[in-house]
Amino acid sequence: MKGFWHDAAEFFPILMNGVVLTIVVTIGSLLLSTVLGLVWAMMRVSGIKALSMISASLINVIRGIPIIVLLFYLYFVMPDLGVTLSALQAAILGLGIAYSAYQAENFRAGIEAIDKGQIEAAQSIGMGWWLTMRRVVLPQAVRIVLPPYGNVMIMMLKDSSQASTITVAELALQGKLIASSTFKNTNVFTLVALMYLTMSIPLILLVRHFEKRAGKR
Amino acid sequence: MIELNDVHKSFGENEVLKGITASVQKGEVVCIVGPSGSGKSTILRCINGLESYDRGEISVEGLKVDRDAPSIVNIRTQVSMVFQRFNLFPHRTALENVIEGPLYVKREPRAQALERGRALLAQVGLAEKADAHPPQLSGGQQQRVAIARALAMQPKAILFDEPTSALDPELVGDVLGVMRKLADDGMTMVVVTHEMGFARDVADRVLFIDGGVIVEQGPAKALLNQPQHPRTQDFLRRVLHPL
Repeated sequence: MKGFWHDAAEFFPILMNGVVLTIVVTIGSLLLSTVLGLVWAMMRVSGIKALSMISASLINVIRGIPIIVLLFYLYFVMPDLGVTLSALQAAILGLGIAYSAYQAENFRAGIEAIDKGQIEAAQSIGMGWWLTMRRVVLPQAVRIVLPPYGNVMIMMLKDSSQASTITVAELALQGKLIASSTFKNTNVFTLVALMYLTMSIPLILLVRHFEKRAGKR
Repeated sequence: MIELNDVHKSFGENEVLKGITASVQKGEVVCIVGPSGSGKSTILRCINGLESYDRGEISVEGLKVDRDAPSIVNIRTQVSMVFQRFNLFPHRTALENVIEGPLYVKREPRAQALERGRALLAQVGLAEKADAHPPQLSGGQQQRVAIARALAMQPKAILFDEPTSALDPELVGDVLGVMRKLADDGMTMVVVTHEMGFARDVADRVLFIDGGVIVEQGPAKALLNQPQHPRTQDFLRRVLHPL
């Protein structure tokens, strides 16, 4: 046990460099997946057949490709097509796209859960599609969507470790590098696990808060 | 002001409106009565384009109702609607519900919308509930907020779709009272209702609809007191003397 604390003190600063990148990747891909997910969901509920079909197929294609393959594609294949991305850019883009499919389905479920009477009431006072969305549907859908959104945040935090496969030196990769040079597998990976857990706990509490609030009504 | 000419409407195989021809004059109160499933609500929903119709023509002040045309917004701001289930926006206060249309559809200045919104809530007897959210209000109060929301658009006519059907019996009177005052002030109203007392006392004309056609129509008192058609007689007997 004494050995663990000694190692922890020594490796912690290096691992913190990884934590910074983990947070950057998580927040970056969270923002991207939210924006893209909203766009897919809006296309899906637009009532315009072509848009809805494009969005549905896109979501299925994205869902059908493993995140790691998407990352390899962006990082190793795109340069052949003339688009060179840094590892960090490819990671955020890949995770953002991969998760946009889940976000989209979550947002769509939230939008479709709103009572049709709400939409009719909005129309009856002359609101168009976009105004109805912005003033009536989305503000109510947010309450429904937030708890699963919080879960996605937790999953993204953990899945940001997949960025290590394309050389982003985030927490998991830093841990692996230290472990392979010191052979202190147990201590290093225990510390890495504890650090992921520490970052997850605030998010877990946030989800619980969202669920309580959603349950009130 | 509102004209319906041979309007047909089907839901799949089921033809719910089989050629409705009717008109509503400015300042007139018209009640539509009839058994459930007869197409009463569908008529209202076609007038402000919540529902499309298959054949015939509906026009409001000479403007054709076409729910896919941009002009539908124009029609909806002139013809407001009050729903059976109120359909207030639950995430906004009573006052915010009322000023939503004026602020975001008509782009009125905020101060002006607020002032008018408060006055309208006072008019329906709910001045002190301005900051309450719909779930904190009784059904009757919610429906009166919904009427204020409809009035806030300064419409030329209001459509009422069974406005008291979802209310506890003791709350019906408040809502009907507000509606009666509107009628007295000269508002053009089309009311789908089962409240025969209201229809007899307040309406100028009554349309009796059954099976998607107008079976009988005429001045309210005459039609409700001495119905001519056997189906009207039968319906009124059941409604007025259910036992």
